[in-house]
Amino acid sequence: MQLSRNRRRGALQGRIVHWLFFACAAMSVVTTFGIVASLLRESLGFFGEVPVWEFLFGTTWSPILRDAEGNRHYGVLPLVSGTLLVATIAAAVAVPAGLAIAIYLSEYAPDKVRRSIKPVLEVLAGIPTVVYGYFALTFVTPLLQSLPVPYLQENLLVFNALSAGLVMGLMIIPMVSSLSEDAMVAVPRSLRHAAYALGGTRLEVSLRIVVPAAFSGIVASFILAFSRAIGETMLVTLAAGATPRLTFNPVESIQAMTAFIVQLALGETPHGSLEYNTIFAVGLLLFFFTLGMNVLGHFLVRRFREEY
Amino acid sequence: MTTTTESTSSTDTSLSVTHLDMYYGSFRALRDINLDVKRNSVTALIGPSGSGKSTLLRCFNRMNDLIPGARVEGQVLFNGEDIYHPSIDPTEIRLRIGMVFQKPNPFPKSIYDNVAFGLRINGFRGNMDEAVERSLRRAALWDEVKDRLKASGLTLSGGQQQRLCIARAVAVQPDVILMDEPASALDPISTLAIEDLMRELSRDYTIIVVTHNMQQAARVSDWTAFMTMGEDRAGYLVEIGDTHQIFTNPRDERTEGYITGRFG
Repeated sequence: MQLSRNRRRGALQGRIVHWLFFACAAMSVVTTFGIVASLLRESLGFFGEVPVWEFLFGTTWSPILRDAEGNRHYGVLPLVSGTLLVATIAAAVAVPAGLAIAIYLSEYAPDKVRRSIKPVLEVLAGIPTVVYGYFALTFVTPLLQSLPVPYLQENLLVFNALSAGLVMGLMIIPMVSSLSEDAMVAVPRSLRHAAYALGGTRLEVSLRIVVPAAFSGIVASFILAFSRAIGETMLVTLAAGATPRLTFNPVESIQAMTAFIVQLALGETPHGSLEYNTIFAVGLLLFFFTLGMNVLGHFLVRRFREEY
Repeated sequence: MTTTTESTSSTDTSLSVTHLDMYYGSFRALRDINLDVKRNSVTALIGPSGSGKSTLLRCFNRMNDLIPGARVEGQVLFNGEDIYHPSIDPTEIRLRIGMVFQKPNPFPKSIYDNVAFGLRINGFRGNMDEAVERSLRRAALWDEVKDRLKASGLTLSGGQQQRLCIARAVAVQPDVILMDEPASALDPISTLAIEDLMRELSRDYTIIVVTHNMQQAARVSDWTAFMTMGEDRAGYLVEIGDTHQIFTNPRDERTEGYITGRFG
């Protein structure tokens, strides 16, 4: 009798715990859908007045200031180009450096060195982005201007995509290196031994066996890092400028999508106005960018997976 | 007379080990190993677990170099050359002395790329398709895979994977092939296929095989070396001789005890 009562209480407890954990898991899903729903709802108002086509392919972004004829322009391409310019520069720094660090840590470094370098990289990942922003603005930009490169001396603006991109590259290196290294360490030792036994050098084993075998994880690290660069806000707000301009010249001042959202949210634009709703349109586009990156990541991971 | 004997013996001998000690850090894993490995024959290393058979095998192609703290004293001559001489590049040694591992470990690449890998990294300039076919034929795998060379090596069965690993080792045309319990993870039929292959390959290659299976050693090898371990847990060689003689009339009672199943 007593036995069965205890059993019932255990079963009830089990059900409660089950639902509690389910609720926690459901929370993140619900939040995601909530964000998407609110983005969609608010931007619906915007797209009621500005055609999607004009928004996506217009080459002038000036939602607040009117031009000489008194018109506002809602072409988002300058913001997109600004974001992609900075993120591309960042990737150009972080992908090779992060991969090289990962290869070094996983294939070359003695245990002692690995154990001391990894925490340093994690510190680098933990620095607040506002610090990186001022680092770019007050250190890297003057440094670039003082380089003996006449083009930079004459053309590099105080706010520019180049220094923001370079510093963002530094910022996302730990992301690339740490995830790539995890993927490389997970490659079975037996594959390395097989390659060494065929007369492979350490470099050949690293580049031809370990990197291909860990490729899915490495690509995932690239995608995540690029996603992070696209979504990064503070650094580009501080160092890249607030000049929406359709350009791929890194010495110029640009405005990234995230930086525009900050600018508008901090301003005095009345809530609910068309200008204000541009935030949601840009936010929605940003969301699709990162979503697209993740889908691309999954595709690449499947396409190039070497299973072991 | 002496000179003649010496010269014959040196051309017959592929690997010659003298006073070899092997350490992992301060632990001595092998003690005073002395043995000659005859060319174009199968030499089996037998002995209880922990007697250092695999450790000794990895001394022949300097795979122990990959383990931090591993160190070798004494001499290993390969075709009369000291493979531990400072001027010797271990990757060169491994190119000449190939290896097949206990667990089949094909690369997660296509069957073709598995076989071609060793040739590619060593700057092979000839006809790759022919070289791949030749190696797969040598490993008695060609007929089974010729229609799916682009399929992953991991789609093969365990026995086929091990033959793929043998094809991969054969592709770079080594002189010696080291096999570390190559059939211990395989079913009996695949095991027989590997054993046949060893016999067949020994016409052109010098094969050294570590095995726990004494019937296997008796079936495939020309020479058998019996190792065991001492009080200090260091492995050492008890005796080496003609396989028939070792199994029917061992000189040392420890060998007799092991092969008759009294210990180990």
